[in-house]
Amino acid sequence: MSRRGVRLRPMASAAAVALACAFAPDPAAAQATSADRLVISVSQPQVSITSTFTGAELVVFGVAETIASDTTPDVVVTVRGPKQSFVTWRKSRLFGLWVNTDSRTFIDVPAFLSVQSNRPPDEMAPPAVLRDGQIGLSRNALTQLVGTDYADVVPTDPFRQAFLRTQQAANLYQEDSHGVTFLAPRVFRANFTIPGQAPIGRYDVAIQLLRDGKITARAVQHFEVNRSGFEQDVATFSQTEGTLYGITVAIGSLIVGFIGNFLFRKE
Amino acid sequence: MTIYLPIAELPVVIFTVFAMGLAVGFISGMFGVGGGFLMTPLLIFTGVPAAVAVASVSPYMAASSFSGALSYLRKGMVDLPLAGVLLIGGLIGTAAGVALFLWLRVIGQVDLFIRIAYTLLLGAIGIMMLVESARAIRRSRRGKAPHVRRPGTHAWFMRLPLKMRFRRSRIYVSAVPVVAIGFVIGLLGAVLGVGGGFILVPALIYLLRVPTTTSVGTSLVLTLVTMAAATVLHAEANGTVDAVLAFVLMIGGTMGAQFGARTGQTMRPENLRFLLGLLVLSVGIRVAVDLVRTPAELYVLHPIEVRR
Repeated sequence: MSRRGVRLRPMASAAAVALACAFAPDPAAAQATSADRLVISVSQPQVSITSTFTGAELVVFGVAETIASDTTPDVVVTVRGPKQSFVTWRKSRLFGLWVNTDSRTFIDVPAFLSVQSNRPPDEMAPPAVLRDGQIGLSRNALTQLVGTDYADVVPTDPFRQAFLRTQQAANLYQEDSHGVTFLAPRVFRANFTIPGQAPIGRYDVAIQLLRDGKITARAVQHFEVNRSGFEQDVATFSQTEGTLYGITVAIGSLIVGFIGNFLFRKE
Repeated sequence: MTIYLPIAELPVVIFTVFAMGLAVGFISGMFGVGGGFLMTPLLIFTGVPAAVAVASVSPYMAASSFSGALSYLRKGMVDLPLAGVLLIGGLIGTAAGVALFLWLRVIGQVDLFIRIAYTLLLGAIGIMMLVESARAIRRSRRGKAPHVRRPGTHAWFMRLPLKMRFRRSRIYVSAVPVVAIGFVIGLLGAVLGVGGGFILVPALIYLLRVPTTTSVGTSLVLTLVTMAAATVLHAEANGTVDAVLAFVLMIGGTMGAQFGARTGQTMRPENLRFLLGLLVLSVGIRVAVDLVRTPAELYVLHPIEVRR
């Protein structure tokens, strides 16, 4: 798809940061930042949905390898689920009735989004850096359809806020500014919960390391959320053989109805 | 204990869904209504996407109405020829309703239309049934005959050509109003996502003067056929029928329908009509309250359905 936000994509902003570092006035600082490295691991490469699935708890472990500095860096863990589009309707009163009057379409936004950090991101870096790195729910790019164009809007946009509020209420969007804990000065971990109603697909775990108000290292891993066994069989049958699936369900329902009647017959 | 729904893609507490099936099944069996007007909102309330809820209620209604219809069939309380003639209009009405629904979606006010239609329809039918049955109950309390059938008072539409005799229902009427009623039921069913029993039963009783006893069984047969067809159509067109959800609902629903049918047969017809009127009216009021009351959240989120 050629839909592109007006915002810079993570790839492009990474290049921008690298460029900024190269031209940094203090050569020692530039050296220190380039010396940071991240090694991360996600506890499960695959989350299987079975009939008793009610959600899953995943853990990310990471090691920040640093040579030049002794200070503990800041860590932000962002998990983004598969992309989905939504329509947000605003209701207003019309002739005494509450009616959907105004709507905005959010295009290809993450259906699941979890942001965790070791301290509030506002204390880590200036706003421009945070916005570039899409750090925090309020700064994650949420592309809206504006006329024929695609763009993200200001964080105070009521539709954007309502979208975040609704998704957080459903536990599909999460934010915890103390979710990342350090086990040792350079070893950290973060837990996040995939709720039962989370969508199926590929989830990206992006980790950003910040030092002295700059993003100095990044790492990305991913895991899959998939149906398995019977649940997968039902879904596949429904998708590939719709008519036959429908007839099977209809006949099944008649059988259930007949058995029900037979069992409860008085005579 | 929870169970994961593969098409709705969410876990639900199995006993909650089972209890919903049981309760709605009881009402279905007792009054001869499909229960869609109760079940669909209940499912959406538990978090099932609206498209999956509407589609998965169809096989549930097919099962519970089949179970109920068998009981009525054995007791000879079903007018099969009447059901057949109604079905002719019903299938044409369903096709017209699908077209109307598509048009409403194009102008973008399906939600509002459905709510207003629900309020007006359920409110009007509920009040009519309450008033009529209250009169009948008062009459029988005073010791007079509860029978309201007046053989001489045939409305003009019953004297139209194509007259047919429906023996079970002891009526001799033109096929034109019968097909027309079927058409309206099919239309409302497709647009509002309801089986139409709660409209059909009073229509049969008050417009065609079918006895309450056969009207319930006949309505169940019509619901059975239209809902089985709807299951196949939904599965084919949208892929939104959740077999696991439907199956859990069905188990509860068929059990509930049995108890409901038995309870219904032991009750006086006018009391039955009074209770149904009360139920229909309260659902109508509930929908109206949502339209008028200031909502807690002024914004609603709809995922854009991806064609699977």
